Amino acid sequence: MKRKTKRLWIILGSMASFAIAIVLILSAFSSNLVYFKAPSQLINHPTVKGTTIRLGGMVLANSLHYSHKDQTPTAQFQVTDGQAAIEVHYTGILPDLFREGQSVIAIGTLDKNNIFTASEVLAKHDETYMPKEVADALRKSGKWDPKYGPPPDAATWDHMTQPK
Amino acid sequence: MTNTSSSPPSQSSFNIHRFANPRTFLRFASKIQSWVTISAIIFLVIGVIWGLCFSPADWQQGDSVRIMYIHVPMAILASGGYFALAACALCSLIWKHPLADLAAGEIGPIGAVITALCLITGSLWGKPMWGTWWVWDARLTSVLVLFFLYLGHITLLHAFDNQQKGYKAAAILALVGVFDLPIIKFSVNWWHTLHQPSTFSIIHAPAMSLSMIWPLIFCFMGFALGFIALVCMQLRAAILERQVRHFLLNE
Repeated sequence: MKRKTKRLWIILGSMASFAIAIVLILSAFSSNLVYFKAPSQLINHPTVKGTTIRLGGMVLANSLHYSHKDQTPTAQFQVTDGQAAIEVHYTGILPDLFREGQSVIAIGTLDKNNIFTASEVLAKHDETYMPKEVADALRKSGKWDPKYGPPPDAATWDHMTQPK
Repeated sequence: MTNTSSSPPSQSSFNIHRFANPRTFLRFASKIQSWVTISAIIFLVIGVIWGLCFSPADWQQGDSVRIMYIHVPMAILASGGYFALAACALCSLIWKHPLADLAAGEIGPIGAVITALCLITGSLWGKPMWGTWWVWDARLTSVLVLFFLYLGHITLLHAFDNQQKGYKAAAILALVGVFDLPIIKFSVNWWHTLHQPSTFSIIHAPAMSLSMIWPLIFCFMGFALGFIALVCMQLRAAILERQVRHFLLNE
């Protein structure tokens, strides 16, 4: 075997075994690599009460209310993944993108009444980028309301916004 | 290359073997250099002006979406640059190609700057949109790892008195680090992350209005050609420097 061929096989072999090692490590730590947990995961696999968790999901339509305590507004809303919903209370400034139908991540603790008290709320925007006119046209077509979730598939935009 | 004829025969054959390809590269690179540079500038000027001034604002992100025209090309080039670095490492380790070592040495610092810009623009975008500068989710963390891989490559390359040892160590690191690239790409699909999944895919229509895709393509072409132009320029200088050292200092 030529030395170059030998080197090629040594490198390919070590890279393959290294790849297997990485796959094993990543799959072993997979549960620690998720940044947030969905409401149904939290309800089905409850963690110790009082530990800080990150809860992720969509703000349920028509669930957002504000309550005033000592002049500071507290936002109350439900976060859902379609299977379960958890009530979240948050006192503070919400990010600009926060609205009903938006995906958010709340960082805080879950109490024994299954009410999540957030110390921080992050907005998670989806991968869709469109100008205001397209969004308005989609809304006018009546087939999409931002309150109920992310916009429809981009391939459908054209025939959805065309006048009938 | 008039000097080759004046050096001893053994030296001369060594030279031809060792620098044959760099010589072809030099000739080729000097021919395309100005074309690549000029088209990079044209694409960049059109793309940046189009993206920053004329493309529509996003329906929910507003004008902040324009950071995308810098952030997305930087993110793609950070990974692409590292892929090129790993390809050079493979050529260097298996075929001991001297040009590959020099190219890896030039791609490294430029790639590190691009990755830093990707992280900085991402952070500037994250604050107004997500509400935070930084989170330790899988996407952001794996890109930070990529930045440190670039830095490690640069450091290793210059860590040895024997330059060949440095090239070898850096090449091994570059190959080991290449596994970070699929992790970056698929992190948003494999795990829940704050970063949104990819807008572009092979099987679906891009989830982006065409009026935003075109300026983005121009910006990407501009930055990509600019990256190639910079590497070409640096690599030509590195080859010439190496030749000069060889002839004047016998290194």
